[in-house]
Amino acid sequence: MKDFILNAKSPNGDLHTKWEDYKKTLNHLSPEEANKYKVIIIGTGLAGASAAATLAEKGFNIHAFSYHESPRRAHSIAAQGGINAAKNYKKDGDSVMRLFYDTIKGGDFRSREDNVYRLAELSANIIDQCVAQGVPFAREYGGLLDNRSFGGVQVSRTFYARGQTGQQLLLGAYSALSRQTNAKKVKFYPRHDMLDIVTVDGKAKGVITRNLLDGKIEAHSADVVILATGGYSNVYYLSTNAMASNVTANWRAHKKGALFANPSFTQIHPTCIPVKNDFQSKLTLMSESLRNDGRVWVPKKKNDTRKASDIPEEERDYYLERIYPAFGNLVPRDVASRRAKEVCDNGQGVGNTGIAVYLDFKKAIQEKGKDYIKEKYGNLFDMYQNITDENPYKTPMKIYPAVHYTMGGLWVDYNLMTTIPGLFSIGESNFSDHGANRLGASALMQGLADGYFISPHTVMDYLAKEKPNFSNKTEQKEFLDAVKETEKDIEQIMSIKGELVVDEVHRELGKIVWDKVGMARNKEGLENAISSIPKIKEKFWKNVSIPGSDKDMNQELEKALRLKDFIELAELMAYDALDRNESCGGHFREEYQTKENEAERNDTDFKYVAAWGYNKDGKPHLFKEDLKYNNVKLKTRSYK
Amino acid sequence: MNINLKIWRQKSNKTEGKLHKYRLENVDPNISFLEMLDILNNKLIKEQQDPVAFDHDCREGICGSCGFMINGRPHGPQKATTVCQLHMRSFNDEDDILLEPFRAKSFGVIKDLSVDRQSFDRIISSAGFVSVNTGEAGEANQIPIDKSNADEAFLSAACIGCGACVAACKNSSAMLFTSAKVSHLALLPQGEKEKKERVNKMVATMDAEGFGACTNTGACSAECPKEIGQTNIARLNREFIKAQASNLFEKK
Repeated sequence: MKDFILNAKSPNGDLHTKWEDYKKTLNHLSPEEANKYKVIIIGTGLAGASAAATLAEKGFNIHAFSYHESPRRAHSIAAQGGINAAKNYKKDGDSVMRLFYDTIKGGDFRSREDNVYRLAELSANIIDQCVAQGVPFAREYGGLLDNRSFGGVQVSRTFYARGQTGQQLLLGAYSALSRQTNAKKVKFYPRHDMLDIVTVDGKAKGVITRNLLDGKIEAHSADVVILATGGYSNVYYLSTNAMASNVTANWRAHKKGALFANPSFTQIHPTCIPVKNDFQSKLTLMSESLRNDGRVWVPKKKNDTRKASDIPEEERDYYLERIYPAFGNLVPRDVASRRAKEVCDNGQGVGNTGIAVYLDFKKAIQEKGKDYIKEKYGNLFDMYQNITDENPYKTPMKIYPAVHYTMGGLWVDYNLMTTIPGLFSIGESNFSDHGANRLGASALMQGLADGYFISPHTVMDYLAKEKPNFSNKTEQKEFLDAVKETEKDIEQIMSIKGELVVDEVHRELGKIVWDKVGMARNKEGLENAISSIPKIKEKFWKNVSIPGSDKDMNQELEKALRLKDFIELAELMAYDALDRNESCGGHFREEYQTKENEAERNDTDFKYVAAWGYNKDGKPHLFKEDLKYNNVKLKTRSYK
Repeated sequence: MNINLKIWRQKSNKTEGKLHKYRLENVDPNISFLEMLDILNNKLIKEQQDPVAFDHDCREGICGSCGFMINGRPHGPQKATTVCQLHMRSFNDEDDILLEPFRAKSFGVIKDLSVDRQSFDRIISSAGFVSVNTGEAGEANQIPIDKSNADEAFLSAACIGCGACVAACKNSSAMLFTSAKVSHLALLPQGEKEKKERVNKMVATMDAEGFGACTNTGACSAECPKEIGQTNIARLNREFIKAQASNLFEKK
């Protein structure tokens, strides 16, 4: 395998003016020139739709693909809480520098300074753009935009639209995209799965897709390819991600030479509705704002089967308040999650499964009144009751952590280009901004910064240096070969005709990844995962069962094509977690903790991005990008 | 609990469909309706039969992918609830449950319970946007917006585009869907400039897509999982009449 020299291509100069200065040096194309180029965008969620709209406005011809029937179905739509922006409307001392620092610190000093600063800098423009599109953000009585505060920060900078911020932002980006569809600058391909990347002379020049309605395998060529395909939380089978969210596009790119960075950096959200039985298909998040008034506790006694109301105060362990007197129930996501696991592992968990902890509003209801709680959390309480059939005004909620977001993704340079020239990756699908832990309300911010304000400039610069001649090259050998390869894969899967349903294999994989590469990891467990995942792979290729034909709508085949890539990714995640002999953010290695069970980071040996190269013969190749901190001081996070 | 399902099975839009019966025993009342279908599908696959196709994704009631008729009602019996948020405890032991796709001329059946709702996208792309390019926006707080208008715009914008309104309507009208977008943008100053053009184009597209006329029965709002109100339709009518009237006036 060819050696990569990982160069982030960060421009020189002052952090504060770097992006603006750099933009001036980028090559520009007029709309007439841009019209000669074809751009393929895979995925039309927040990042993909915003990039498609913006590049179309600049004159490029966009071919956008989604496995959904409409861009409005993308999982960005489910984001609840809000979007951060350093507007400082509240005059509480917020600034670009502060948002930058909070994000770097929240990521436990494992993200790239230049990228994070640019993100903070662009945050204000995002709000302006969305408001101009008609996004109905919450407002104060005076008519100005309202803000609220969010976990891990001391200022109020989160813009929101009730608990549906992601929905409103996505519909904004979708409307901008629709406007370009109407102008014939965007051609949208609904219900298409991307199954491979095609490179010509080392550059990304197209994709292979499967039409989910008739199973047709198609080649599409273009001058550049942008992946905006989201995260891979569904490798765990159960997560808060939508059912179809998958890693296939990224994994195909990885196998064609794109490095995969920090795959084991996954975020576990502490307040989700616990798993209730084996048929559970997905997990539901309850906003972390609940921890403002809810108190987390478990019985002091192990295996205590009494009802919550029968357990007297003195026999309850309010463990977060006990361990973290300063932050109490409001410690960051990774800390709250890990502690919940710890008490459950210790036999103190509650509910039928023993894998849940209480989130109790009794005290808040007594002190502030039921009306106050209803006003603040009414929607969430209703949602909880609808799903669990329990009334949280009367009995404490049961919650447990669940996988929610993946910080890892394709390695990209400052231009958001992967290690394959001409292949860009934006939004959750890249690794760039959140380090080892993402702060609340910053996923929407990153998706839109990448899509509206960064990739349009850097993609144009790339194209300005390329001759526009790849809009119609699907008869070339590279494309014909890739089509054949994909058809062969599908044929092979269809011919297995085993006994296992795809979900059964996926559930088994998920259990291994959750147990060994989940909230707490250790050497033995990770080695165990590395040896057991290949057995799952074998099981899949020998015994999976796909009914029907591949020539019409076949949802089982869609699932199988995704699962085969999840299995390979799972192995890489374990290698990555094993390599990183330290604890940082969402990556907690049990061997590396302080006496008080806090994460022990090791900046001397692990202050790097681990970017992995694919190796079909075994252990993946590790390439390191050293992280340089010239503008912040490395510190240990403390919430005591 | 035990249930008796009758499900519309149709291989594709080129073939005829018919109802098939399935019985499921020992269903946990606490699972969701779609998890019940997952169990049925697992069983069918094990028996080498074709599983039931249905659209779904977020399973949190927000993406708008899911939706079919349950006993004649879009998204089933529970008010303001998408089918993915419906639970089996809404049914009784030994209930007969009939599942059919949304029926409308403009929503062709793709397979079983899955339908094609791209006509909705075409209505939006005809004019359901504010014409502003990226980077052209001014400072966000420069135009204060009355909180009550902003809140009302939000309620209209909360539409998830699932198509239940069309399925509930005896004329298969898309008025509620279209009016929610017209209202959302008409209520805000950002949408003001293109108001006339927007309503004209969106209504024309809605008609061209083959959706029926609105006769104000209110069935759409009653079945809407996001409780999009009838006032949106009144507002669309008002905007439409104003736009038509000013067209006449301008022509003279």
